Amino acid sequence: MSKQVLDRLCQRFPEAVLETHGFRGDETAVVRREEIGAIVRWLRDEPGLEMSMLTDMTAVDFLQQGHDPRFEVVYHLFSVPHKHRLRLKVQVPEQDIQVPSLAGLYKIADWLEREIWDMYGIRFKGHPNLKRILLYEEFVGHPLRKDYPKDRRQPLVRRPENEIAEVLARRGKARSLPTPGGAR
Amino acid sequence: MTTTDRDLEAPDLTTVNMGPSHPAMHGTIHIKVGLEGELIRKAEVNIGYLHRGFEKEAEAHSWQQIFPYTDRLNYVSPMLNNVGYALAVEKLLGITAPERAQYLRVIVGEIARICDHLTYMAAQTMEMGAFTPYFYVMKGRDWLWDLLEEISGARLTHSYVRIGGVAWDLPEGFKEKTLELLPRIDTVVVELDKLMTRNRIFLDRMQNIAVISAEEAVSYGWTGPCLRGSGVDYDVRKTHPYLVYDRMDFEIPIGTDGDNMDRYLVRMEEMRQSARIIRQALEQIPPGPVCTDDKLVVIPRKAATYNTIEEMINHFKLVIDGIRPPVGEVYSYTEAGNGELGFYLVSDGTGRPVKCRVRPPCFMGMAALERMITGHMVADVIPTFDTINMIGGECDR
Repeated sequence: MSKQVLDRLCQRFPEAVLETHGFRGDETAVVRREEIGAIVRWLRDEPGLEMSMLTDMTAVDFLQQGHDPRFEVVYHLFSVPHKHRLRLKVQVPEQDIQVPSLAGLYKIADWLEREIWDMYGIRFKGHPNLKRILLYEEFVGHPLRKDYPKDRRQPLVRRPENEIAEVLARRGKARSLPTPGGAR
Repeated sequence: MTTTDRDLEAPDLTTVNMGPSHPAMHGTIHIKVGLEGELIRKAEVNIGYLHRGFEKEAEAHSWQQIFPYTDRLNYVSPMLNNVGYALAVEKLLGITAPERAQYLRVIVGEIARICDHLTYMAAQTMEMGAFTPYFYVMKGRDWLWDLLEEISGARLTHSYVRIGGVAWDLPEGFKEKTLELLPRIDTVVVELDKLMTRNRIFLDRMQNIAVISAEEAVSYGWTGPCLRGSGVDYDVRKTHPYLVYDRMDFEIPIGTDGDNMDRYLVRMEEMRQSARIIRQALEQIPPGPVCTDDKLVVIPRKAATYNTIEEMINHFKLVIDGIRPPVGEVYSYTEAGNGELGFYLVSDGTGRPVKCRVRPPCFMGMAALERMITGHMVADVIPTFDTINMIGGECDR
């Protein structure tokens, strides 16, 4: 069933589909980044396909695998009336880190894209309100990138180091203290 | 529709912050509402207060070590997360668990589903001011936790399921105890039903509040009881049967109006259906092993590890290197308490995942909350938020 969807997609967009593969029953198409909006719109509206639900959307960082381009954004589509599924992927290079937004096609894309921005720093062109969702605005960096150390801490509330030293000095306890929340 | 801070602070609106820590909210969530009198004109929902970096942690652990983390996703039904994750890794590996293990997963999963819905019922009624039903319902959940404790040794963080099966078989007398308990749980549900479902105050606050059409629910990516409340016939257990759900006789309740009441009624009926499934599974369960004997997946028994050199090496390799799935990616989905719990796993052939993404079903519900409460009264926020059954651990991961 999903294979037929993939075949129809390849027929309709022969230039935009870069690669297809199937693994353990999951069909995947890697498509050109610029075309993702048009492809998803067609998959959603085409009679017989009607992939009405964007089940999930995430990104993967292939830094350690040495892939070029480094990032992939992954879309999981599901057809509620016909019960078939399809995975779409677009490749995102680090130098030009943006993807067209699907917020106009699926309501859930708004939040899912915000999460990807938050976690990977991938920008979504045309998103109405692209800001962090799980982390706080003051957070520096994007934690699911492979070059973000797992043990780095960024407590939101902290006092400047000199202020803490001053307080301790006044109490006669001046000594070198670990920075609040680790090395940074 | 998304609002920005500036809109909320428009001169004609009164801005009220609900949460992140608020007596009427179960879970840390921040809802900022712009009020005109008691009417909500604008709303902004902020999540993430319980973000613990599940995916980042998972990437640093071997595939087996992730189970305790999945316990802490939806922590009112950890067994269902265990099952969902195990099935995802098994799909990646291309293996299936023995039949008895599949039945055991169904049984513990459905017990967890009843716990999940009972917790929802408790929160829903208590936060609307009805404290008595909360205790009635929690009593039932406690009995079920006793059962799960007997199986797994833990009341909450079970980590009972393994890749390739489950940790061990049922304790003695489990079937009799469960069959004796199910009617008592049913009594609790009936009690709750009598107290709440026809209660005038309850109805006034549930009916025709936060109506979401089927089309909108699908666009928001809703699944589970919320989607079915909006009248869409989609349950992973029926649409894509996994484990042994295709051998079970059960029904999927569907709502008609997509309001708060429908989301409540769907869950009420699902508890009864889950009890039906448990009874059938206990009847059908065949004898046999509870875990696969694939040496590349399952840690050998202690006696074998200590007494043979091959098993010793195997044990060492599985602990240090971990399971090594083939290079590839899978998306596996199961029906958890709140809907489709998906795991998207990417493997590069090493013992650690490249990516272990959770699709949290209640995240999608929370995305719709702004839309659901806008245009209603401030008192409608709490019952509406309750019907989504947001679980912080799952939503924020």
